[in-house]
Amino acid sequence: MSADALAPVAGSQPDSAGHFGRFGGRFVPEALVAALDELDGAWRTAIADESFQAEFGALLRDYAGTPSLLYEARRFSAKIGARVLLKREDLNHTGAHKVRNVLGQALLTKRMGKTRVIAETGAGQHGVATATAAALFDLECVVYMGEVDTERQALNVARMRMLGATVVPVTTGSRTLKDAMNEAMRDWVANVDETHYLIGTAAGPHPFPAMVRDFVRGIGDEARQQCLDLTGALPDAVTACVGGGSNALGIFHAFVPDEDVRLYGFEAGGDGVTTSRHAASITGGSAGVLHGARTYVLQDADGQTLESHSISAGLDYPGVGPEHAWLHDTGRASYLPVTDAEAMAAFELLCRTEGIIPAIESAHALAGTVTLAPKLAAELGREPTIVVNLSGRGDKDVHTAGDYFGILDKEH
Amino acid sequence: MSRIGVAFDKARADGRAVLVGCMPAGFPTVKGSIAAMTAMVEAGVDVIEVEIPYSDPVMDGPVIQKASDIALAGGVRTADTLRIIEAVAATGAPVVTMTYWNPIERYGVDVFARDLAAAGGTGLITPDLIPDEAAEWLAASDAHGLDRTFLVSPSSTDARVAMTVENCRGFVYATAVMGVTGARARTSDAAPTLVSRVRAVTDLPVGVGLGVGTGAQASTVAGYADGVIVGSALVRCVLDAPSEAEGLAALRTLSAELAEGVRNPAR
Ligand SMILES: Cc1ncc(COP(=O)(O)O)c(C=O)c1O
Repeated sequence: MSADALAPVAGSQPDSAGHFGRFGGRFVPEALVAALDELDGAWRTAIADESFQAEFGALLRDYAGTPSLLYEARRFSAKIGARVLLKREDLNHTGAHKVRNVLGQALLTKRMGKTRVIAETGAGQHGVATATAAALFDLECVVYMGEVDTERQALNVARMRMLGATVVPVTTGSRTLKDAMNEAMRDWVANVDETHYLIGTAAGPHPFPAMVRDFVRGIGDEARQQCLDLTGALPDAVTACVGGGSNALGIFHAFVPDEDVRLYGFEAGGDGVTTSRHAASITGGSAGVLHGARTYVLQDADGQTLESHSISAGLDYPGVGPEHAWLHDTGRASYLPVTDAEAMAAFELLCRTEGIIPAIESAHALAGTVTLAPKLAAELGREPTIVVNLSGRGDKDVHTAGDYFGILDKEH
Repeated sequence: MSRIGVAFDKARADGRAVLVGCMPAGFPTVKGSIAAMTAMVEAGVDVIEVEIPYSDPVMDGPVIQKASDIALAGGVRTADTLRIIEAVAATGAPVVTMTYWNPIERYGVDVFARDLAAAGGTGLITPDLIPDEAAEWLAASDAHGLDRTFLVSPSSTDARVAMTVENCRGFVYATAVMGVTGARARTSDAAPTLVSRVRAVTDLPVGVGLGVGTGAQASTVAGYADGVIVGSALVRCVLDAPSEAEGLAALRTLSAELAEGVRNPAR
C-alpha cells in the first residue's frame, strides 16, 4: 500500500463534526462524547503517522493477504453480456473485506491503551473478524449477537468462542443485529474507559463512518489500479452490496472523483420493497436518526424502527451508513434493491460458471450487475466493463443456500 | 421562570430536593400509565418525567426497555403520549418529557414543540441529543417557551459541561454513573463531584439520575443535588406486580419512601 493510502482525499466529506451534507453527526449519550473525541483524535494522529501506516500496511499484506486479486470472470461475463471483473475480497483472511476495518481499529485500540473490545454482529462475520484481531492483539473480546442470529449462525458462534471471544446472545427487541448494536452501545457507555467499541460497518456516530471507510478504502485504491493495469482504462461501473455499507464505500471511494465511472449500491430487497419484508433502507426508508447518526432508516410513522428482512444476515439491518445517504442525495451513486430470489439466482450462476461460492451478501451485488449489464450496454452502445466487489465467500452461507435450493440432506 | 424552575425554587426554600419520578408513556396501557403517574403525584412525587417509548433506547437498562416494549407492543403512539402528558399535567404536577430524538424528528420538531406546550408539558430531557446537534430544537423550544434539559456525564470535559449547561433551561441532568438506567445497590461517588462542577458554571438547579432506587439513596443524593431522579425502581413496581392494583400500591409505597428521603437530605 502506498504511503499516503490513508490520507484524506482533498475536499472529501465529512466536515469536522462528521456531517455528510444533512447526514451523519453524533446522536449519542453525552457519556460517549469523550470517547468519540478520543477516538477521533487517535485516528487523525494515526493516519498522519508513517509508522502507523507502515504497521497497518504490513498487517494487510502479511496477515490479511491483500491486495486481493482482481479476477476477470469470463464465463460469468459471457452469460450476462458485460466484462465482469471481480474484486476478490473473499480471498482475505477470515473470508471478507471486514478484516481490513478490524485490523485498523484493533491497532487504534492498542494505541489508545485500551484492553477490551466489544462488537456487534449479525451473520457473525464481523464477530469472527473481531475475535480474530483480538486474539492477534491480545485484547479481551465480547461480541453481542441477537439471539435469533446465534441460532441461525451457530457455526460462527463456535468460531468466535474458539478464538477466545465471549459471545453474548441479546434477547431484547427483535433479537437481531439492530438490538445487538443497542446492547453494545450500552456496554460501551458503562465501560468506556478500558473498552473500544469496534463497529463493523461505516455507520454509527462520528468518527466511525469516515474512519471505517478509510480503513477499507484500500479495496477501491487497489481495484482502480488493477483495472487500469488489466484493461488500460477505468471501468464503466463499480458495484457492491449495501448493508451498513462498508464494502461498498471501500470500493467506491477511490472512484468518486472519476465522474465517468458509475457507482451502484445494491440493497437487500428481501421479498420486494413494496412488501414489509426487506432491508432496503435508502430505497424503502426515510431520513431519521438511528444508532448515533442521521441517515436513511426503516421506520414507521412515529419514528419507531421497523424490523428488516433479508435472506442475507449481513444485509439484514434497518439503517445504512450516512455517507451512502449523502451519495444518494447528491446523485453520485445509485442505490437499487435486489430481492432474495434475484440474489440466489446470481449466487447459483457464479457457483456454476466460475467455481466460486460467494457470500449471499455479495450475491446481491452480482444480481444487481446481471440486471444492470444490458441497460448499460444499450446506453453505451458497447459491452460495458463492470467491477464487482465480491465482499466475501460463501462458506458461512452453505447451510442457508443448501436449504434454499433444497439440496441439504434433511437428516442432518 | 419555567414551571420546573418554580418547583425547584420552592423546594430549595424548604431546604429539600425535588423528587422526579419517571415512567414510560403507555405502560402498561394508556389508562394504566395515567393511573400510575397520578398515584406517584398523590404519594409525593414532585415532577413527573414521561418517557416516550422508543424501539431502540440505548440509554436505558432492561427494566425501562421492557416497559417501553410493552407500551409499543400495546400500540402506543406519540399522539397517545401527548394525551397522557395532558392528563398528568392536569393533576397540577409539572411534567417533563424524556425522549430519544428520532420520534421527535419524525413528528416534526417545531410541530411537536407546539403540541407539547399545548398539552401542558414543560420541556424535554434528551438522552441522545447533545447541544452540538440541537439547532432545530433550540429554535423550537425558544419559539414555544419550553425547557431544555441536556445531560452532563462524569466523562464530560469542563468545556463540554459549560457548553451543555449554557444550552439548558429549567434544570440540568447530571448522570450519576457511567452507564444506563437501572437501580443500583450503591449510589455513585462520581455524582457529587459532577454536581459541583456544574454548580461552578451555573445557578440552574441540578438533578441527579441513574441508579437511585431507595429512600436512603434519595436522601443521600438530596444532600448534594437539587433534584433526585428515579426511574427503574418505580417502573419495576408496576412491572413485577401480579395485578394492577398491587402495582399501584407498591408504587405509592416506594414514592412515599423516596419523597420522605428527599425531605430529609443527608448532610
Ligand atoms: C461478505 C459480506 N459482505 C457484506 C456485508 C455487509 O456489510 P457492509 O454493508 O458494511 O459491507 C457483510 C456483513 O456481514 C458480509 O459478511
